[in-house]
Amino acid sequence: MNPVVLRNVAKHYRLDAVDVPALTDINVEIHAERFTVLSGPSGSGKTTLLNLIGCIDRPDSGELLVDGQEVLKLKDDALSDFRARRIGFVFQNFNLLPVLSAYENVEYPLLLSGKALNATQRRERVRALLDAVGLSDKANNRPGQLSGGQRQRVAIARALATEPMLVLADEPTANLDSHTGASIIELMRKMQRELRVSFVFSSHDPQVLAAADDVISIRDGRITDIRRLDHAVGTHPQPSPVPVQAHGHQQASRLEGTA
Amino acid sequence: MNTINLALRNLWRNHRRSLTTLLAMIVGAVSILLFGGYSGNINYGLQSGFVQHSGHLQIQHKDYFLYGSGNPAAYGIPNYQHIIDVVQNDAVLKPMLTVVTPTLNLGGIAGNFSQGVSRTVIGAGVVIDDQNRMRRWNDYGFPYHFKSLALTGTSPDSAVIGTGVARVLQLCGPLQVKHCPQAPAKVVTDGARAPDDIAALSAQEASGQPAQADTHIELLAANAHGAPNVAGLNVVKAELQGVKELDDLYVMLHLQQAQKLVYGGDAPQATAVVLQLQHTSQLPAARARLEELLRTTLKGEALEVHDFATLNPSYGQITGMFAAIFGFIAILIGAIVLFTVGNTMSMAVVERTVEIGTLRAIGLRRGGIRRLFVTEGLLLGVIGSVLGVLAALALAWLINHGGLTWTPPGNVEPVPLMVRVWGEARMIVGTAIGLTVVAVLSAWWPARRAARLEIVDALRHV
Ligand SMILES: Nc1ncnc2c1ncn2[C@@H]1O[C@H](COP(=O)(O)OP(=O)(O)OP(=O)(O)O)[C@@H](O)[C@H]1O
Ligand SMILES: [Mg+2]
Repeated sequence: MNPVVLRNVAKHYRLDAVDVPALTDINVEIHAERFTVLSGPSGSGKTTLLNLIGCIDRPDSGELLVDGQEVLKLKDDALSDFRARRIGFVFQNFNLLPVLSAYENVEYPLLLSGKALNATQRRERVRALLDAVGLSDKANNRPGQLSGGQRQRVAIARALATEPMLVLADEPTANLDSHTGASIIELMRKMQRELRVSFVFSSHDPQVLAAADDVISIRDGRITDIRRLDHAVGTHPQPSPVPVQAHGHQQASRLEGTA
Repeated sequence: MNTINLALRNLWRNHRRSLTTLLAMIVGAVSILLFGGYSGNINYGLQSGFVQHSGHLQIQHKDYFLYGSGNPAAYGIPNYQHIIDVVQNDAVLKPMLTVVTPTLNLGGIAGNFSQGVSRTVIGAGVVIDDQNRMRRWNDYGFPYHFKSLALTGTSPDSAVIGTGVARVLQLCGPLQVKHCPQAPAKVVTDGARAPDDIAALSAQEASGQPAQADTHIELLAANAHGAPNVAGLNVVKAELQGVKELDDLYVMLHLQQAQKLVYGGDAPQATAVVLQLQHTSQLPAARARLEELLRTTLKGEALEVHDFATLNPSYGQITGMFAAIFGFIAILIGAIVLFTVGNTMSMAVVERTVEIGTLRAIGLRRGGIRRLFVTEGLLLGVIGSVLGVLAALALAWLINHGGLTWTPPGNVEPVPLMVRVWGEARMIVGTAIGLTVVAVLSAWWPARRAARLEIVDALRHV
């Protein structure tokens, strides 16, 4: 099953009594356990599309299935709970809670999602994640005491804390220098493979595009191209003539081996 | 990471603003509590004064209170001694009572006939020992220094008068009254002299007595048969009364003497049986029991019971006035706290808009956002109230130990300035809860606004 399916989705903004179409006739599927990048020029609608997929915004029309669920039918509280359990977010500006330590920032979604973990399991999980992003020694630092790259690592650990099936990242490297950006992409790539999560990015960063499995190109709110790379064939990105179909959705403790 | 912990950290994050808000709450709580303590002290002081002078409850002849004051002839209680016995031996009342004593109030004319001056007065015939015991009542622990009445141990014909009476009767000199201006040159008017029959009465009363001292006055009153009667009195002291009207009218004399004046050789009566209780809180129970006694044991007597608040209408007026000012101050401060906390929380919501969007995106419900900000308001309220109460207690202690004095209305001598905050549990708890509720209410609207933000708008906020 594909983690995300959009059918005939459209969205427009109203600005001073003028309708600004942001997305038009979007039909796309995000494949499981892939590194998908939304690519397109500024103002093309990447953020708008990611917000819809992340269930933090609603389209004007169309259908949206996330993890097989018709999320547009969910009420606000149910949708919040759904996000807490199934979706992780990584933001351009990191958006960590400034009053919480790195450790607590990673722990917070675990408390929110109501996952049945006892205190010890929770502690182990947070430690393992911080370890995986290489920040075990910064667990007690507040975001203000971390560099941009370190903050984004904490944010990645936070996004993965609840074992979501989908992680969304809107230009996660835009506020980082290219070197740091590259290491963040590498980290996400590694985590995505190990935890077998679906990642969806928006980016115009060539480094990000280079790391992608699938690239969805948008222009003026329309999808202009979908390229899917078949890793079984080669390491170079190639357009795949036949869409790669869904991989089995793995649920079991994905963090094994990372701690 | 529970909500309270998170809220505390958020408050601490902008601690300067939080402290300013807390300071406003502390000043508010201190104002309310100090004023409440001050007016509470006045209430207790007034109450103590009234209870010391006129007891908690008085049994009077029916309608005496409305129609009979100054008319002991028509509204006396003939068998007052029986009533006193019944009251004192009643199993229910006995443990509450400190003093039960009769009084006889009468209206009359006091004259210094040798000087040809006189004026209307109100005479109070009292049992001096009982009155001394009543004056010792100090249930609210005021730093009074008890002084026995000037009539203590004096002969039955002794009296104490108000300085206003002394002034008119030209007794300031002999009684050594301070601040008593010299009487103006006497205006001679025709017929200013006492009528012959009164003069005769006076002479008759004076006869057989040793040479009159220059502090001698006569008190003229109607006796029980409606005829005038005169009692010779030896004024031992002129005392300033707190209220000018009373100072110009007051004569205190021994009960026997007053009874002799009004009832002559007939059986003596009293106009009231005064009951003083150990604690004012016992008043409703004592009153209920008295009314029961009037229906049963004392059935058939035309009697009624009044409490000190009814007997002294100024008590209710003054406490009512202070209650109104207190309410006004409390509302004003409530409004200030409402806007201060509301403003603080509104600023916090605007500053933390992106954070709100983030929390919502990662799955916090609208209710969670609302709870977070309301909790911050609640914490501001609780911390501000607690600190405010502590500050008020400390300031009250300083004021009470600062040696300040003032003269309350109706008082003659200055008393130590006291604010009663410590021990006033109801006022303290009420103020703290009130301010906390106000703080929560004022956080409610910003919290609601925060919860209603659209996630994408909040995340895009700059
Ligand atoms: N809140 C809004 N109100 C009005 N118009 C909006 C709003 N958000 C986005 N738009 C418009 O919708 C279109 C798509 O915007 P979107 O933010 O999705 O672009 P983007 O691809 O993410 O651009 P960038 O690469 O610069 O981030 C743009 O024309 C933009 O002006
Ligand atoms: Mg964008």
